[in-house]
Amino acid sequence: MAEHAINTEVPKIHGLVAEFDDPEQLLKAAEAAYRAGYRQMDAYSPFPIHGLAEAIGFRKTYIALFTLIGGLTGTVAGFVLQYFATVIHYPYMASGKPFNSWPSYMPITFEVTILFGAFAALGSMLALNGLPQPYHPIFNAKRFERASSDGFFLCIETDDSQYDSGATRDFLQGLNPVEVSEVLD
Amino acid sequence: MSVRAEAMPEVLQDVAPIVLPGHTYESISRAISDVVLERPMPRQWWACLGVGVALLGMLGASTAYLFWMGLGLWGINVPVGWGFAIVNLVWWIGIGHAGTLISAILLVFNQDWRTAINRFAEAMTLFAVMCAGIFPLIHVGRPWVVFFIFPYPNTMALWPQFRSPLLWDVFAISTYFTVSLLFWYTGLIPDLATLRDRAGKKIAKQIYGFFALGWRGSAKHWFRYEMAYLLLGGMSAPLVVSVHTIVSFDFAVSVIPGWHTTIFPPYFVAGAIYSGFAMVLTIMIPARKWFNLYDFITDRHMDNMAKVMLATGLVVLYGYMNELFYAWYSGNDYERFMMYNRAFGPYGWAYWLLLLCNGVAPQFLWIRKWRTNMVLLFIWSIIVNIGMWLERYVIVVTSLARDYLPSSWDHYSPTAFDWMAYVGSIGLFLTMMCLFIRFLPMISIFELRHQQHQVDHGEIA
Repeated sequence: MAEHAINTEVPKIHGLVAEFDDPEQLLKAAEAAYRAGYRQMDAYSPFPIHGLAEAIGFRKTYIALFTLIGGLTGTVAGFVLQYFATVIHYPYMASGKPFNSWPSYMPITFEVTILFGAFAALGSMLALNGLPQPYHPIFNAKRFERASSDGFFLCIETDDSQYDSGATRDFLQGLNPVEVSEVLD
Repeated sequence: MSVRAEAMPEVLQDVAPIVLPGHTYESISRAISDVVLERPMPRQWWACLGVGVALLGMLGASTAYLFWMGLGLWGINVPVGWGFAIVNLVWWIGIGHAGTLISAILLVFNQDWRTAINRFAEAMTLFAVMCAGIFPLIHVGRPWVVFFIFPYPNTMALWPQFRSPLLWDVFAISTYFTVSLLFWYTGLIPDLATLRDRAGKKIAKQIYGFFALGWRGSAKHWFRYEMAYLLLGGMSAPLVVSVHTIVSFDFAVSVIPGWHTTIFPPYFVAGAIYSGFAMVLTIMIPARKWFNLYDFITDRHMDNMAKVMLATGLVVLYGYMNELFYAWYSGNDYERFMMYNRAFGPYGWAYWLLLLCNGVAPQFLWIRKWRTNMVLLFIWSIIVNIGMWLERYVIVVTSLARDYLPSSWDHYSPTAFDWMAYVGSIGLFLTMMCLFIRFLPMISIFELRHQQHQVDHGEIA
């Protein structure tokens, strides 16, 4: 029966996680792991540590580009809205000004630019980060609730081509961690 | 880019440190999250909430009656159609500006001391803009058709007047509120994760967890997060300047004497920052005491805020002098009469009181002892709040009450309903601030941890 089949399945492993005492050790460990050839890994910290993302080989983000595109979309949308309303859809003369009184349209064009740009910045940050994501296997790690206060974690995932439960554990143990443990998927 | 501690000029070394010594990442998390999760609210908080809710009730009741009877209950009349509603709108919007200034402009300029006060100030911005928003809503007289101000396809085929500063204001204020909310929420995400992980009760865990969006502090996430946060700050900085500029256009684009001047945008923006910092001090001085946050909000923060208040106060004073000069230099009889009428006409008392509050009082802030004495600073922040309210009162009422044609002059005096709406909006503000302090971390926890990391490494002091 289906239920029994699930129960007998071997639990999958997400990866091996090492906990460190402070940000400097985590940064050193991340650099060492990258040098040792590990690529599928992630580091977790309670505040942004400069250089940590670069240390695990993550250098590029397209958020600035998406924000620029969002902002420019807003510029066009804001201006077109006013142009369409006053020149095409319902033109009428107000105070002898031309139908396309473009200088008067600048404040709204600017505001809509910022509005769209802000949504693009937050939206692309969340989308690229895959948030909201209520469940993630790393939450199963021991003492992981400290990752939002004073815990520093490095996780080498089983997806990595070099991952080997014995060798990777030995490697992490050599980095002077508080503890190394397996995380279930 | 932070200033290294040893490189700090001597004059700065004897001011209070940015955070008191002896803190760890864990002690910071505990100190801030315990206010929300563990500690009972102090009696003063209950008192503030009580006063806030009572005034809010008064706002609700008086506004309901006003909608029933009509705007005639207010003191507005034919030349002075704007009255208290616009005075209060501009006052509240101005107060809101300090939050975005602290969170965005100081972020872009790498001012480390913003860390401990930005969350608080941003919350204040949101609530101040809410308070501002209710006044035009009431002032339009028929709030049930207020959606007419938005451009939407309708069966009348009509559009709002895009050439009017009043419509620019609609866009500016609604964008300002939305972007401030996004910025504030972005800053809150990692802290909501901290609350989720520390909350004892299941329901609290679930609610904070829901809004934390599953934040787990991944290095890749932080990398994108910091980029997005910086971009939001970079966009909010010109936004905050544009908002009060557009508010000043409501006046400056018109042809009324005393309004039609190019000094208005910069002078309004400076005034906004001035009153905003005053309001931050007004609520932060008691909040720091009642919640015992002396470790994180030190005298350095208070001193710096007082300095910003002094600097922007001087810009405002320059604006007043400029108005006087141009009224005379223009050679325009109406402008000259406007200025004379402001100082010696029926509302002269307000003008002189305003000069006392915004011109004379801030000069005391040159004295460091004054800036670090919390009782004096609190009183001074109230004086500035009153002064900035009077400034808008003087601008709105004196120019409208006596414009070009003496036959259309009239006197304006507010009624009890004007006062109830104004004081009631303070109740809304107080209530929202109390609820914010109760349910959200009033200091950004992750930024304090980051600051602690920098302090531990001697990067800042």
